[in-house]
Amino acid sequence: MGRSVTDYVPHSELDVRAMLAAVGVESIDGLFDDIPEAVRRREPLALPAGLSEVEVLGEMRRLAAANTPATSLVSFLGAGVYDHYVPAVVDAVVSRSELATAYTPYQPERSQGVLQTIFEFQTAICELTGMDVSNAGLYDAGTALAEASLLAGRQTRRGRIVVSAGVHPEYRQVLATETAGYGPRPRVVDLQAGAATDLEAVRAAVDADTAAVVLQQPNFFGAFEDLAAATAIAHDAGALFVVVADPLSLGLLEAPRRLGADIVVGEAQSFGNSMSFGGPGLGYMAVTQKLMRRIPGRLVGETVDVEGKRGFVLTLQTREQHIRREKATSNICSNHALNALAALVHLSWLGREGLAELGLLCARKTAYLRQELLAVPGVTAFTAGPVFRELAVRLPAPAAQLVEALVPLGFLAGVPAARFAAQFAGADLNDVLLVAVTEKRTRPEMDAFVAAVAAHLASTEAPHA
Amino acid sequence: MLSADRRTIYEKSCRGRRAYSLPATDVPEVPVEELAPAGLRRTAPARLPEVSELDLLRHFTYLSTLNFGVESGSYPLGSCTMKYNPKINEVVSRIEGFAGLHPYQPEALVQGALELMYELERWLAEIAGLHATTLQPAAGAHGELTGLLIMRASHQAKGRDPKRIIIPDTAHGTNPASVIMAGYEPVAVSSDARGGVDLEALKALLDDDLAGLMLTNPNTLGVFDENISEIARLVHAAGGLLYYDGANSNAVLGISRPGDMGFDVVHFNTHKTFSTPHGGGGPGAGPIAVRDTLAPFLPVPLVGRSADGRYFFDDDCPQSIGKARTFYGNFGVLVRAYTYIRGLGPEGLRRVSEIAVLNANYVMEGIKDLYDVPYERRCTHEFVASAAPLKEHGVRALDVAKRLLDYGVHPPTTYFPLLVDEALMIEPTETESREDLDRTVEALRAVAAEAVSDPRVLREAPLTMPVRRLDEAEAARHPVLRQRFPEDGRSCA
Repeated sequence: MGRSVTDYVPHSELDVRAMLAAVGVESIDGLFDDIPEAVRRREPLALPAGLSEVEVLGEMRRLAAANTPATSLVSFLGAGVYDHYVPAVVDAVVSRSELATAYTPYQPERSQGVLQTIFEFQTAICELTGMDVSNAGLYDAGTALAEASLLAGRQTRRGRIVVSAGVHPEYRQVLATETAGYGPRPRVVDLQAGAATDLEAVRAAVDADTAAVVLQQPNFFGAFEDLAAATAIAHDAGALFVVVADPLSLGLLEAPRRLGADIVVGEAQSFGNSMSFGGPGLGYMAVTQKLMRRIPGRLVGETVDVEGKRGFVLTLQTREQHIRREKATSNICSNHALNALAALVHLSWLGREGLAELGLLCARKTAYLRQELLAVPGVTAFTAGPVFRELAVRLPAPAAQLVEALVPLGFLAGVPAARFAAQFAGADLNDVLLVAVTEKRTRPEMDAFVAAVAAHLASTEAPHA
Repeated sequence: MLSADRRTIYEKSCRGRRAYSLPATDVPEVPVEELAPAGLRRTAPARLPEVSELDLLRHFTYLSTLNFGVESGSYPLGSCTMKYNPKINEVVSRIEGFAGLHPYQPEALVQGALELMYELERWLAEIAGLHATTLQPAAGAHGELTGLLIMRASHQAKGRDPKRIIIPDTAHGTNPASVIMAGYEPVAVSSDARGGVDLEALKALLDDDLAGLMLTNPNTLGVFDENISEIARLVHAAGGLLYYDGANSNAVLGISRPGDMGFDVVHFNTHKTFSTPHGGGGPGAGPIAVRDTLAPFLPVPLVGRSADGRYFFDDDCPQSIGKARTFYGNFGVLVRAYTYIRGLGPEGLRRVSEIAVLNANYVMEGIKDLYDVPYERRCTHEFVASAAPLKEHGVRALDVAKRLLDYGVHPPTTYFPLLVDEALMIEPTETESREDLDRTVEALRAVAAEAVSDPRVLREAPLTMPVRRLDEAEAARHPVLRQRFPEDGRSCA
């Protein structure tokens, strides 16, 4: 057979014959005698024929070229996935095959590299959030929130959680889906004018069966939440307080632990991970010391070897499915270790000063765009200020229309909130646009964008009644 | 020789040293007090490391040398399918037209990504022998949970609410854990003398409360359950559904399809079967394919194709279970899987399984006189050997594993499946050459010989690794899970 197909099988026909002889089988077919004929497939799978590597690359380039990546336009898209600069060192490290192609570090003596990076990642998350214990990472913020809910249910033995509507609507959807058969039932409370959570509504919703109260900081619309006040409401009712925190904001904003959080979860894609159409990103979870033995997923601990040399191992594994099976804290096995490594490298590149500076830079740019957008006739604030790296504005026209109109001008104007209407029952979001600003956006780009918004709105003024 | 520098990056940190650079502020420098009011503003900095860019690279490059990947040597870790991860996949996944996509871009700007997802959904359904696919689940265990929730929704749509899921005693630990998270109760069924499901034991468990059965086939013993059609008939007759744990799909690509065996839901681990790198613990992807009767319950959105050839996200699925995760799944991983399947095609995929099975049998043949092979039959892509014969020399499977490290071979999975004493679960994969396999066999044989001649060396192994055996008990008794900072702001040590 020629090599027009890339199957990565090293054997020559001679190898195959010699090995069949060693095994004592006449032909390859004979290896599969245990499979009953009724379930044996004799015709080829109906898939496109294989290709050589250069042809595959051509085909993949064709597909990629049929996309216009946000990174090639002036993008203000956010809503959970952000276009931050990923420093070149990240790819250099995550491309090391010893790290990228290893399995989960079950053999610690040969996996010290991955184990130590996880330990360092856990430390970074603890430093950002102020929490005592971080795990090695989870899939994404949505599934991390579902895990937090299960943890809170087990810890408090209560049956419901109160979730702010300011928590990303997709996180809430994932929470509802994943916990449909098990764990506390979520109940959503509304936002007040200015887009922060209505804490009086939270107080009214909390009762003796509430396992946890969940708020996002900054919330989905970019509003700052009063975490200390929400903590008091949760703790007064004997419930845990869960914060969904944007970790990149934590160079500027207070560590959630200092404001009373018992569990912090979130999405850390902003650190070191490309947007990649939304995945793989990086969920994270950190908890208080008290909850350490209930945290899901992997934990790495420091120890010594028989000679007293420092080393790292997976620890407290009796929480995990491969040991405890149905009594495990979660079913999670593979997580997003390489994404966590990327985040660690980016955070190490930034360092304590860089993280704070990056946060300040994003907040200043966002404040500038907010001021300029609100100066456009008809544009009003949906999110009360101050804001961090994202805000929502109300336009005098449908937001989706604006987004579409500005694409040919080279702008991705933002995310129309109406996309999530089903998760905001009763709210009129048709004219609401979420706008995010990272350090990549320059003042000239923002000025040109605001001018384009103004021009579009002026041109649509008349028909929109 | 200098001793290894095992300082963490925090211990290498020096105040004021930096790697980062950021654009100059080109907007008004609003005071931080206005941007983050008191009470919300950070009061103590996160003590992230302060290192130069070269410090950083030396640190992580050094750590990589303490690790072992597929390109370092043979990695016959059973159930994990540690095959070669082609470089072309990495090149493709980094193309800006994939990596630079935001999930909320207008659909007109992501037609290539949607086409890729649409095609991959159909390819995976074809490989599974089923009808519809969701790419959302982030890993195999996540696929299990999603699949079980789909099964639950389908029962409820028929007005039923059965509670029990049958799982063989050979199952992966994720199976029972996922069953609990789906709100079900796991019930174990025993295995028969040939390593398959014990049919009589299964029959005794079938009742009105049966929601389904989860099975890996070939199973974790590396044997194909010849009774699968009968098992499927019995479970379906009792009103249950069949879930296929696709962790072992590398044995049957194009040779036997789960859908044809009678399964209703199948997950694939792309980081096993379709060669996406495991990343030291992920990210993987765990797409699931389902029978047409279960398609209405798949998570939203699905990818549709209109009559004029345009692709779109379809949220109009009133019976959907909802969303299994945010956005559309681990797209970057799925791009790699697509690239792999596109290169191999049907012939290549079939050859993968043929050679994976040949390689496993070749290694089994090479060691079966020294280790017990409890199920005397041909194996599939992996097999389970037992180190029990070495116990009389005071040597256990763990010791064999640790000694193999000194021979440059990554150890097999140990102590799993649970019903084999001193289990060594060996999966060479199809990308190992005959010489690689011979080396693995020689290493396993040399270790078995040492167990007799010098068992002490096995109990003390590894001797050549960056660390000797680690005190795991102490790590669990007094957990140190993060760096401690003796004094904030300490300068270079």
